[in-house]
Amino acid sequence: MTDLTPTTEPSIGDAPDLLSAAVSDAGFKPRSAWRALLPTLTPWLAAGLGLVGVIALFGIIGPFFVQDPTIIRNIGLTAPSGEHILGTTQTGQDVFAQLAYATRGSLEIGLLVGVLATTLSSFFGILGAYIGGFADEAFSLFSNVFLVIPGLPLVIVISGFVPRAQRGLWTIAVVLAITGWAASSRVLRAQTLSIRNRDYVSAARVTGEGPLRVIGVEILPNLLPVLASQLVFAVISAILAEAGLAFLGLGASNSSTLGTMLFYAQNGFALPLGAWWWFIPPGLIIALFGTGLSLINFSIDEIINPRLKNARLYRKRRMAALRNAS
Amino acid sequence: MNYFFRKLGFYAVALWAALTLNFMIPRLLPGNPVDILLAKLAQRGGIVSADTRHAYELLLGGNSNEPLIAQYWNYLVNVAHGNLGVSVSYFPAQVSDVISSSLPWTIALVGMATILSTILGVGLGAIVGWKPGTWLDSLVPATTLLAAVPYFWLALILVYVLATTLRLFPGQGGYDVVLDPGWSWEFISSAIKYGFLPALTIVIASIGGWLLGMRNMMVSTLSEDYILTAQAKGLRNTKILRSYAARNAMLPSIAGFAISLGFVVSGSIVTEQVFSYPGIGSKLLSAVTNNDYALMQGIFLYITLAVLGANLIVDIFYGLIDPRTRARS
Amino acid sequence: MTLTTPDFPRRAAPSESRPVLTVENLTVVYEVEHPVTAVRNVSLTLARGEILGLAGESGCGKTTLAYAINRLHKPPARIVDGGVVAFHDKDGTELNLLTLADEELRVFRWDKLSMVFQGAMNALNPVTNVRAQLEDVLITHRPEMTKAVRRELAASVLELVGVDRTRLKSYAHELSGGMRQRVMIAMALLLEPQVMIMDEPTTALDVVVQREILREIVRLRDELAFAVIFITHDLPLLLEISDRIAIMLEGEIVELDTATNIYNSPRHPYTKKLLGSFPSLTGERGSFIRSGVSDDRASDTRTDHS
Repeated sequence: MTDLTPTTEPSIGDAPDLLSAAVSDAGFKPRSAWRALLPTLTPWLAAGLGLVGVIALFGIIGPFFVQDPTIIRNIGLTAPSGEHILGTTQTGQDVFAQLAYATRGSLEIGLLVGVLATTLSSFFGILGAYIGGFADEAFSLFSNVFLVIPGLPLVIVISGFVPRAQRGLWTIAVVLAITGWAASSRVLRAQTLSIRNRDYVSAARVTGEGPLRVIGVEILPNLLPVLASQLVFAVISAILAEAGLAFLGLGASNSSTLGTMLFYAQNGFALPLGAWWWFIPPGLIIALFGTGLSLINFSIDEIINPRLKNARLYRKRRMAALRNAS
Repeated sequence: MNYFFRKLGFYAVALWAALTLNFMIPRLLPGNPVDILLAKLAQRGGIVSADTRHAYELLLGGNSNEPLIAQYWNYLVNVAHGNLGVSVSYFPAQVSDVISSSLPWTIALVGMATILSTILGVGLGAIVGWKPGTWLDSLVPATTLLAAVPYFWLALILVYVLATTLRLFPGQGGYDVVLDPGWSWEFISSAIKYGFLPALTIVIASIGGWLLGMRNMMVSTLSEDYILTAQAKGLRNTKILRSYAARNAMLPSIAGFAISLGFVVSGSIVTEQVFSYPGIGSKLLSAVTNNDYALMQGIFLYITLAVLGANLIVDIFYGLIDPRTRARS
Repeated sequence: MTLTTPDFPRRAAPSESRPVLTVENLTVVYEVEHPVTAVRNVSLTLARGEILGLAGESGCGKTTLAYAINRLHKPPARIVDGGVVAFHDKDGTELNLLTLADEELRVFRWDKLSMVFQGAMNALNPVTNVRAQLEDVLITHRPEMTKAVRRELAASVLELVGVDRTRLKSYAHELSGGMRQRVMIAMALLLEPQVMIMDEPTTALDVVVQREILREIVRLRDELAFAVIFITHDLPLLLEISDRIAIMLEGEIVELDTATNIYNSPRHPYTKKLLGSFPSLTGERGSFIRSGVSDDRASDTRTDHS
């Protein structure tokens, strides 16, 4: 629920931006526009990128280096040891290996649904807002209705009606995307409306640029930070939604994700039997990955809302001034 | 006035859309739900007459020869009368009875958890946003961590730590089963004890979103001109925080209530499953397992009704506290 | 605004009475990547009941100065040590606004010194009505006032600026620009302050409304005897209403004199340039564009501060 509506009246909070324009007039080289578009590297952003990077790497190349996760041994539930870093499940399968494959599965579906959902919300949000008039009203009504109808119950009902055999990865992905795109489209619509009314867009239209070109050249670049932020949100919520679905036993029947791991752990009575090594890692990976993505989103927020950056910079400078003074 | 009518109209459209979805889903998806259902019914000793078949076909579609429009109309009429069919997994109970016995539990749990996390989240967010750049800011990433945690995973860990290991709270159920349900203090206090962990799970998982949103809005609002005016007027900081800053900053959060309520409802279904809480969510899941399609449809309808109703109330509330909305429409 | 010779009777600047506000060596720096000095060693005095105009182009630091006097400046702006802003209360107390404790500053604000901001578009709280915003000043600063007296005072101060008292129930978005500005002025008058700082109060309004508002301001000043610091880029307007005028350029006050002297015998080249930049309603058409102070000479006035 980030505030994404930029204000256009100048106020003293904007002064640094106006001043850096004045500064560049005075002869100092200003930061290039692209550099200004990227977030500054704060410790939080570094942490976020680190988390996401490590987990993504684990999911992508991990499966090549671990044991076969499907081998059943009759050693039963064992605690972490030299041979099995994260112990084994109740059927003797290596947990660490399962974790690698499950991470990959979750990442796949998270990315797939994230992209699908963002594409849908871009279409309904941006295009509708740009065309305006009846199309805008219709698209907006459509997305509001979808927004307000509860998502997970709808997913459960749809999944419930589909026979188990046909619940493949793509089915689940499509269902999740259909129920998850509405929130982003509202945000994108608001942002497009505000950009559309800006002077440089009117100027472009008046000079006769076609609508596709106006959207592509004037509007989309300014929407990039918001789009990026919404894509990140979409991926996080997709992974969480899929995990919940899988945990309930309604996930994709042929894939292995962190959610299905938790499903088996729950059904294998992992926690009551004290098998924390089976139960904690999958959830932890989801949480850490989600946190990493959120931290990245945090930094994107600073681009969209420069006042957050100003507050941080001022504090930094004041601390530096105090240190130099003492 | 216009605003309120528009909102009512919108929710009427949304309700119609939900009903239509409910009608279309069993008919669009592969498989023949009526046959499966009737087979299950027969298993439980139910009588499969032509009437029963017809009743289920109204709800779920089938190979009947009636035109779709007629089916649709009959379906709507039935729903309006509250006739949602007979539950298979709880045979011979009516679907509406199954729902009405479990709905209050969910409303109590979800309602209280939402109110609690909203008040806490918005309040803390206002305080954190008031002074950006202090140590309170470091709370924010911690809440982002919490927001990324899967509800049910957290729930199960809480169960493990607080219920199984420390035995502080019960890990299953809605109330102590030896007690009779009723409005006695014994029963209510037992319900509260059993509801504490599920509610805590929901609060912990959803508070992050409120906090972050409110905090960001506060930072924006604090650079507005009317805040400067208020400070120049020599008003006390508490007054500025309350009447000038927070009142404006919380508007988008309230407007975004729909999204957050959706998350809470979703999370509560899973939480109920984990805690075996006797709410409508766990009934939905057992309905899926048992192919009790009629119950599934009925529960979806009720959940949607509840969510739409809550959103309508919040939207009306928003119209009351932001005078500009009444002028705009 | 037209440039006519100011030959109508004008109140002489009250130079004999003690000043109400004294600013000495005030410097304000914006701590950004390459720090910018927005206000540079500014000193001025404000006599009791005088209208002091503060003129200059956008970005010269007038608004920063106004905010700094009342300590309303926000990060990254910072007041450099060594400056003094002294308020000489009419009951004899002296206060240095820069060293005042937070609570004392809060009590001081609006009671002794009030402000009217630029573009009251956003200066009023959008979710509360006019009465609430007028009364909260009274509730905070005059807690002993009864509700009935408060109501009456709020209503009468609105009527003082020419706004009907039924507007008390209105919200900010229901008022026109001119009305909002009048409400702001009414609000500034509530506690009968000794100084009013007005930052471009009429810039966003059309000229007819602007004239009405200016007449109100001068009339009220004559009635209630408060001092005004009037900030604008519109120099001819200041020549009309001010007793003295300060010209600001790049953070410094380059000239400070009575309005008559500024008009008749400007000394600083920038002042001359500014005076020559306003078209006249009289004289030959087209002559303004072609003649006037040339740009090359005026640009010599900008010193290099890097």
